[in-house]
Amino acid sequence: MKVKVISRSTDEFTRERSQDLQRVFRNFDPSLRSQEKAVEYVRALNAAKLDKIFARPFIGAMDGHRDSIKCMAKNPNHLKAIFSGSDDGDIRLWDIASRRTVCQFPGHQGAVQGLTVSTDGGILVSCGSDCSVRLWNVSDANLADSDNLYDNSAKPQAVYVWKNAFRAVDHQWDGDLFATAGAQVDIWNHNRSQPVNTFDWGADTTISIRFNPGEPNILATSANDRSITLYDLRMSSPARKVIMRTKCNSIAWNPMEPMNFTAANEDCNCYSYDARKLEEAKCVHKDHVSAVMDIDFSPTGREFVTGSYDRTVRIFQYNGGHSREIYHTKRMQRVFCVKYSCDASYVISGSDDTNLRLWKAKASEQLGVVLPRERKKHEYLEAVKNRYKHLPEVKRIVRHRHLPRPVYKAANLRRTMIEAERRKEQRRKAHSAPGSIVTEPVRKRRIIKEVE
Amino acid sequence: MGAKKENSDNEMDEKVKKYLRGEAANLEGLKDKKLKGQLAVREDLYGKSAKTAAKIEKWLLPSEGGYLEAEGIEKTWRMKQESIAREVDILSSRNQYDIVLPELGPYTLDFTSNGRYMAAAGRKGHLAIVDMKTLNLIKEIQVRETVRDVAYLHNELFFAAAQKKYPYIYNRDGTELHCLKEHGAVLRLQFLKNHFLLASINKFGQLRYQDVTMGEMIGNIRTGLGRTDVMQVNPYNGVVALGHSSGTVTMWKPTSAVPLVKMLSHPGPVSSLAFHPNGHLMATSGRENKIKIWDLRKFEVIQTLPCHAKTLNFSQKGLLAAGTGSFIQILADFSGSQNYSSYMTHSMAKGYQVGKLLFRPYEDVLGIGHSMGWSSILIPGSGEPNFDSWVANPFETSKQRREKEVHSLLDKLPPETIMLDPTKVGTVRAPQKKEKPTKKDIEAEMEAAIETAKDTEFKKKTKGRNKPSKRATKRREMIGRAKRPFLEQRTQEHETSRKKQKTNPETEMPKSLQRFVRQKAT
Repeated sequence: MKVKVISRSTDEFTRERSQDLQRVFRNFDPSLRSQEKAVEYVRALNAAKLDKIFARPFIGAMDGHRDSIKCMAKNPNHLKAIFSGSDDGDIRLWDIASRRTVCQFPGHQGAVQGLTVSTDGGILVSCGSDCSVRLWNVSDANLADSDNLYDNSAKPQAVYVWKNAFRAVDHQWDGDLFATAGAQVDIWNHNRSQPVNTFDWGADTTISIRFNPGEPNILATSANDRSITLYDLRMSSPARKVIMRTKCNSIAWNPMEPMNFTAANEDCNCYSYDARKLEEAKCVHKDHVSAVMDIDFSPTGREFVTGSYDRTVRIFQYNGGHSREIYHTKRMQRVFCVKYSCDASYVISGSDDTNLRLWKAKASEQLGVVLPRERKKHEYLEAVKNRYKHLPEVKRIVRHRHLPRPVYKAANLRRTMIEAERRKEQRRKAHSAPGSIVTEPVRKRRIIKEVE
Repeated sequence: MGAKKENSDNEMDEKVKKYLRGEAANLEGLKDKKLKGQLAVREDLYGKSAKTAAKIEKWLLPSEGGYLEAEGIEKTWRMKQESIAREVDILSSRNQYDIVLPELGPYTLDFTSNGRYMAAAGRKGHLAIVDMKTLNLIKEIQVRETVRDVAYLHNELFFAAAQKKYPYIYNRDGTELHCLKEHGAVLRLQFLKNHFLLASINKFGQLRYQDVTMGEMIGNIRTGLGRTDVMQVNPYNGVVALGHSSGTVTMWKPTSAVPLVKMLSHPGPVSSLAFHPNGHLMATSGRENKIKIWDLRKFEVIQTLPCHAKTLNFSQKGLLAAGTGSFIQILADFSGSQNYSSYMTHSMAKGYQVGKLLFRPYEDVLGIGHSMGWSSILIPGSGEPNFDSWVANPFETSKQRREKEVHSLLDKLPPETIMLDPTKVGTVRAPQKKEKPTKKDIEAEMEAAIETAKDTEFKKKTKGRNKPSKRATKRREMIGRAKRPFLEQRTQEHETSRKKQKTNPETEMPKSLQRFVRQKAT
């Protein structure tokens, strides 16, 4: 007969010395584990609760400006730095880690309306309502000299004065040109004191401007006549325009999908468009209760942050409808500009109360160096929470956010108004000849027309 | 060469199937493209992970299972334990022994989930804890009362003994920790590992569930089916099955007073019950000397074996041990086809009455509690050769034990998760067809609406506007408004029924007059 019985020798299964690691044996057979789904559900519930316990997104405020902050710029070569410009002409460079001003750039007589940094990190371009564009030298060497003095001010490299007040400025991603928006769209070169090119399509002021990260010659602008216009520098003519029902305050291109851009609109929504197909929005992001003032994409291209007139900052998914997260404080007033940091971990908001605020992009994230086991555990908990987040108990905890009372009431009011509108539309449809009333999808509803 | 490759492919497919945990979802019917895309990606990931787990098995699992193969004209069920002991190494042959303790009554046993420790309880009050690795007696105490059953809690530190009047919980050192007065005189104890629930059935047929972490009594169910001492927990889904003297097997969960399932299995009383670890098979035996193997998904008998069995137990690999008197029979399904046939037998000395059979986890050993003490015999192929350290580790150190305790407490399942099909957690309940409310229901609703309308308080008006006639009209108006939707519904129904009546007069006419019915213009 042939016999074999399980016999385990202790040395094979235990460690030799106490300095060794304990031996671990794994058998992934599902029959050894019972009720896996219930265990996962319990873990998801606990993960959701832990998430809420550790959710402390506000890191700190950067105090220093004396008037409301209208614009910010990030330097693509430096993670720790951010520029901000306020309504009294004060431009400051902040060190985010210590939350202090590194350098000040005085010079503008009126409000600073736009700030942008060239891609190599050498030049800061600022434009204001005093009809001037100033170029500042912010390369590393220059700043290092004046590092120690807190109050140090730098002299502009160049000042160009032009005809009208400027509203926004943006630098080309891969080149030497920058564009300003005001009464018309001007294209400038660093060294020329007059614009190289001017575009003027439409009767009203252009209020925001953005260059495409993928195609260095395409830019998008939004104007006061409720239009979004796409320009192509190579053709030296405007390419396309879409007119909506309300004006867009700001536009941001998706850095990972450069043909898509999202516009922050005055009617409390954000509209994502495909630049090749402007007749219909790709996605409508609804959650704010007042005009959305600024929008910025995360470098991963998967999320974007918006700041709105209703004193809140929200983070949305790039392809989703409702916001993933909302940030608000009693002290933060109308948010006029937001920026997502270049490492996708922080969100910076500049608001009416003269402060810049630093927030975490993921509210319960552990900052600092995370050990590999910790990281794996966080990833597992995130995954198991996402698997069960549709179940009522887990959903209740994951979705719960405290809203400030005015926002809560305004949101309820909006909801009742939209519901009433929808019901009336349904009744009209039900009581008229079938097919005579066609409901347009929301993605199309807010667009009036597309013009070539 | 081709055949070999095919064989290995088949093996790989089997292994992959094991890790897939069910069928892939059918995505054909989905119209939502975004959702379809996301689900397709997920399904792909599942397939890949199952394939990787199957491939890695070769390197990850160090040991192979035991086996017993007959050569020539030998039959496996004729092989005696002595002959097996001769062929096997010394360490394993140590696992074969008989401990004779004749004065202290029939013994029952329980093993911890990693098979390392055993608690033995003699009827006359002898409680003993033995470390099975070293065969050391850790602690023995004499409680001087009848002990009917013993059960380990979540690890070797705690065990519960069902004594004469109440069950008690003891420490590893033999200290009495708790006296569970609410349970009463318990006949059988079972511990549900994932839920930390101690289930007990007492002399009056009352089933109780107690949470041992907080001491809360979760369920107290009067079964109403009388005294029974056949109780088993299904490890797959956590339901407790009781076998009654009427021949019915009932399955219970702590949150309902009514059994989940009631099945008539034997013409006489059920003498014992056992669950296969995969949760789909149940073996029951009755006094008519038959063992029935049930498929729990369909609640049908798969096989009936003509075998005496006073006690039954399934091993981790699916071997079924049946014992009566002093004779033990081990049945195995050789090809995995759930067709059980005799594998091994063992007869003990005459006069030894087998009380309890229990396979030791992760070892090829069967523990026998009998009237003269307890024994242990070797059954090759009964234990799972490869253990998972995070599930049950026979070589656990105290630190690992403490960590495991904390992690299992964090993952403690709430008692609501006990259900017949544990894969239903997180699934969507099919929409129930709403039945049309009967006339009585509608009338009741109307009455209720009228009552609430009558109860409305009216503002007391002043300055001569509070005339009684005005108040009465207002009240009538409120009641009319409450009645309106019901009356509208009624008139609508009448109209539809009238229309229906109008549209087929042909059916009303007798057959001879059918030809005179006005035909509709085609």
